[in-house]
Amino acid sequence: MRIRKSIGALPDKIDLQMTPMIDVVFQLLIFFIFSFKIVVQEGDFNIKMPIAGGAAMNTDVLPPFKVRLVAAEDGKLRGIELDGQPIDSFQSLHEQIIARIGVDAPASLKESAEVELDCDYGLHYRHVIDAITACSGYVAPDGNIVKLIEKIRLAPPQK
Amino acid sequence: MRIKRYDAAPPELDMTPMIDMTFQLICFFMVALSFDEADRSEKVRLPSSELAKPADAPFELPITLQLTREGTVLYAGEELALANLGSRLVNEVQVMERLGKHPADATVIIRADGDAPTGKVQELIQACQERRFEIFALRARQEQG
Repeated sequence: MRIRKSIGALPDKIDLQMTPMIDVVFQLLIFFIFSFKIVVQEGDFNIKMPIAGGAAMNTDVLPPFKVRLVAAEDGKLRGIELDGQPIDSFQSLHEQIIARIGVDAPASLKESAEVELDCDYGLHYRHVIDAITACSGYVAPDGNIVKLIEKIRLAPPQK
Repeated sequence: MRIKRYDAAPPELDMTPMIDMTFQLICFFMVALSFDEADRSEKVRLPSSELAKPADAPFELPITLQLTREGTVLYAGEELALANLGSRLVNEVQVMERLGKHPADATVIIRADGDAPTGKVQELIQACQERRFEIFALRARQEQG
């Protein structure tokens, strides 16, 4: 049986309709551009604070370092004390902490060391983060974080 | 002078490089876009710290509480007074217990404004402790430079 050729000669080139696809792609692009926002990286300081404040105290190796942050009327930092001794800056606090536990201290010592932050009620929270930063470690020249004290807790609020 | 006419086909624009570039841009924006903005309010300006590095793994049971400089709490898209937070946390604990989890396993992420009074942060922590939450993550933004 002879099959009739009902289709005429095929064109040399098939034209794809690109316009709708390009429209959609550009709409997607515009959506993503408008919803894009450069986000600053965030990190956490982990603290474990059960309700019984005294239960978290560790007396195995070192008594807890008591850091007192005194606020001025406007919430700015007025003074820092470490175990009752006045300290002039967070850098000095950091150096004192290193001097007490030592950079090369065994991990067990660092794990057992604890800091209790006693802050005035109205103190700006950023100073608490500065104090935690000073106590919990530092960035080594190679970019790695060297940890000092990981157990940090806040004393109960007092007005 | 007589100019010769050539019967040439209409010129065609080559769209391929443009489409390639557009798709690459779309891929970039899709990967870089984050949809967890609900947990990052513009009202809260986090304090910065050089030690604030993003965690390696996400928390298993995170609860994000944001404290504004005025002392109000942003929780689940609502702005609440600190005194009203307790009842919301009770609901959270009930849901957790129905799922067989304990509040002590959850991590409360505290995003507090750098100018917020520390006493308010402590009261926020205390409100969580009263609902048996024990693990807290004080969030700070990574220091630039």
